[in-house]
Parts: sequence; structure tokens; C-alpha cells
Amino acid sequence: MAYETVKVDTPLVLRILPVASVVAFFGIWQGVVDFGIVPNTMLASPTQVAVLFWEKLFVADPDGAVLSVHAWVSIQEAFTGFFLSLLVGIPLGLMMGWFNVAEGLARPIFELIRPIPPVAWIPLTIFWFGIGIPGKVFIIWLSGIVPCVINSYVGVRMTSPTLIQMARTYGATDWEIFKKICIPSALPMVFGAMTISQAYCWTTLVGAEYLAADQGLGYLITMGRRLASPPMVVLGMICVGLTGVAIGIVIERLEKKLLAGIRR
Amino acid sequence: METSQEYKIDCQHISKTFVQKGTQRVHVLEDISVNVKNNEFLVILGPGQSGKSTLLRIIAGLETPSEGNVYLDGKEVSGPGADRGLVFQSYMLFPWKTVLGNVELGPKLRGISKNERREVAQHYIDLVGLKGFENHYPHQLSGGMKQRVGIARAYSNNPELMLLDEPFGQLDAQTRYFMEKETARIWETEKRTVLFVTNNIEEAIFLGDRILSLQGKLPGRMHAMYEVHLPRPREHTEMKFLELRQKITDASELTL
Repeated sequence: MAYETVKVDTPLVLRILPVASVVAFFGIWQGVVDFGIVPNTMLASPTQVAVLFWEKLFVADPDGAVLSVHAWVSIQEAFTGFFLSLLVGIPLGLMMGWFNVAEGLARPIFELIRPIPPVAWIPLTIFWFGIGIPGKVFIIWLSGIVPCVINSYVGVRMTSPTLIQMARTYGATDWEIFKKICIPSALPMVFGAMTISQAYCWTTLVGAEYLAADQGLGYLITMGRRLASPPMVVLGMICVGLTGVAIGIVIERLEKKLLAGIRR
Repeated sequence: METSQEYKIDCQHISKTFVQKGTQRVHVLEDISVNVKNNEFLVILGPGQSGKSTLLRIIAGLETPSEGNVYLDGKEVSGPGADRGLVFQSYMLFPWKTVLGNVELGPKLRGISKNERREVAQHYIDLVGLKGFENHYPHQLSGGMKQRVGIARAYSNNPELMLLDEPFGQLDAQTRYFMEKETARIWETEKRTVLFVTNNIEEAIFLGDRILSLQGKLPGRMHAMYEVHLPRPREHTEMKFLELRQKITDASELTL
């Protein structure tokens, strides 16, 4: 091919800006607390959080578990809920997109349940499952399934009509068209659903743990409040954020690999 | 209604009206009657908005005529089928399938065994001149090559009738000219009944045994039928070619 790769350098200023912004953010935060502009009882400084982070790697008290246990419990809950929502939501959405019967049956119920925020299910969930892992998985599943259904549905609906007609002229049956044309066409949307769904699951997790838990990163935040410990609250928040970012990166990598064959 | 078995395709008094957005009626075709003999190359020539693609889609079974009937081998057409191979202007290849995967699609859907369909697909890939590109994906091919895949794909299903809807409309002039020559060569190598829709007079004369010219502006009506008595392979610069071109141009509202 007559194409060659040319490397274009980003100007120095543009490369420095993101670093400068992060440094400034933490610098101002530290200063605001150190100089007493915001009292320490209201906000922890970055160094206090870092110190607590180091401690919590080894010490279970006062909230009952070390950081890795909290994180692991949260990840387990989020991923169980996430995978279950993919498992149910994607096939459901795909079927709703192609088969009118599936749409007619599932759509009204889905539209009724969709606007209810997943955290609104917490009380019922506690009646049904108690405060253990299954209840939280259920709530996470509820929030994760929504984008799965919607994106898969839209993905199938967006299949090129001409491609479908083309397949019909080759004698393809409805089921074959669904399998060989609609599903591959919908795949990019389905992968989009995975990214969104994962983000929803992770966000809902904290809410679920905030109200009903005895371990987990959300629980760490709750305990920080009860113990009037701003460092613990902020540590919980930062751990939730960083773990979320890490999961996001893993999913993105996975998506790129899996989609490599479907270049447009 | 009676129809004769001697025609491959027999269209009798086809009219088509679309209802858009539930209220607006668009009259697209008005009383089209045309027949096509076995292994004949018929070109449907008309400017934009003359209903020529709709006529082809009706014969393909993708649309139903509002009035009139279409007979294929004496049997009424009631829907799309594997006996008619379609080639679209926009190629319509599967982006996630290779050239080979696209070409062997038809036989695969008909449940032909892997070895057999590979053989058929390879035969037509060779015929359209894409040997060596079997494992390329559509996005790696040029426009002309994509349409070669489209043609090979239609052929590989062994249809009795080939329907081509402005297949070279998206190509540049040079590639288009080259593809016209290729189409003539492929058709002479493996004869099929062909219906070829175009808005290009030269393309029509270069390829067709007969040319059905539709009148511009909706609804599309039959304007004239031209017989092209030129030996193949044809030359755009032959005197008779140019005379016929002049005749059609003068008679129609088309401009070149």
C-alpha cells in the first residue's frame, strides 16, 4: 500500500497540561486543608489519605477489614451483577430488536421498571435477601441490565435494511438473518453496552453498600461517616474511583481486541 | 392472466404507488409491460426518479406491484428468492466477512457442503478477477473490487436471473468503463438472463441486447425499446455505436 506512518508530535504545552492540572488539583487541595481554609473535621488532606491508605493495607480496625478485602468484596459483587446483566440483557435486547413477539411481550414491562432507580429496590431487597452479597448483586444487576437491553435493541434495529433484503434474495430465513446479519451488525453497540453497563454497575454498587453491607468500599465510606473520619471517607471514594478506572481500562482493551475483526 | 413460457421474465402492466407517512401517495410506475428472453441482456435506462430501481425491486420480489403481475418462468413472483441474484449500487458486502466469506454466503445459506461451496466461490472469484484477494476484508478493497465481489456473490448462488441496480454508479469514470468491459466479458463467459439498471446511455448501448428506456419524472412510463444490433465486444467509438447514442439522446430527455 502507498501509505506510510508518520509520527506527529504533540506540542510540549499540550503534553504538560494534563500533568499540571493534576498537580495543581492535589496542591490546592493540600493547601486548603493545611492552612485551615477548610477545617480538618470537614475534609482530609491528600497526605492524610495516603497515610491511612498505607495503614489500611494491613490493619483491619476500626471498620473490620483491610482494604484489599473491601475492594475484593466490591469487585465480586459488581462483576457478578455485571455478568448476570449481560447474560440476560443482551439476548433479551437482541431478540426484542428482531422478533416482534419478543418486543411486544418484554417492552412494556421493561419500560415500567426502567425509570425506577435501582437504589429504590434496596428496602425490598433487604426483605428478600438480607444484607449479604446476593441482595447487592440483584440491585447491581437491575442497573446493569438497562443499557444492555437498550443498546442491543438499538443495535439490531440499526442493521442496514438493504443488507437484510440482500440476505432475503439469497433465501435466508428470519432466524438466519437474525444470527448472521443482525447480531454481527449490533456487536459494536453491544460492546458499547458493556462499557456503559459496567460503569452503571460500579456506581450502583456504592449506593447498595452504603445502605446494606458489612464489607466493601461503599461500606468503608459509610463507616468513615459513622466514625467521623474524613480521611476514611475520602479513601473510600478514591478507591472506588481508581478501581472503576482500572476496570474501565480492562474492558476497553478487551473490546478493542474482540472488535478487531469488525473494522468498518 | 396468460403468460408464455418462452420468456424468462414477463412483466404485465406493472404499476406501483407508494404511500408515504400514511397519507402521501407517490405514483412511481405506470403500466410497464416488458419481457426478457432466456440469456438476454436487457438494460433498463432512465434518468433519476424514473422508477427504474423500483421496477427491478419488484422483479426481485422486494416490492409488490400495486397493479399487474410479474412472471418468472411462467410462475408469478411473490417474494424474493435464490433464483434471482441481486447486485446493489452500494455494494452491500458484509464488512465482517472476507471476500471468500461474502461470495460463499448464498451457497452456505442453501446448505451446500463446505468443500463444494468453496469450489464454487473460488470459481467466481477467479472469474471476476479477484484471485489472491480471497482473505481480504471489504474495507481493504477499492470500489471497483468491492463491486466485483458483489457480482461474484450474486453469481455464486447460481441464479437464473441477475438483477443489477446501477452497479457502477459509485465508481469513477475510468473504473466504470473497465467494469463495463468486465461485465460484458463475464456475461459472455457464463451466460445468464440479466436485467441491468442504469442512467448512462453509453453503458446501456455497450452492454444491452435491448434497451428499455423509461421516461423521466414520476411516474415512470415506457418510453421506447431499442434493439442493439452491434457485434460484441463493442467499441464506444464505432460509427453505429455513436449513431445509436445520438438516436437515444435525441429521443429522451437524458443528457450525457
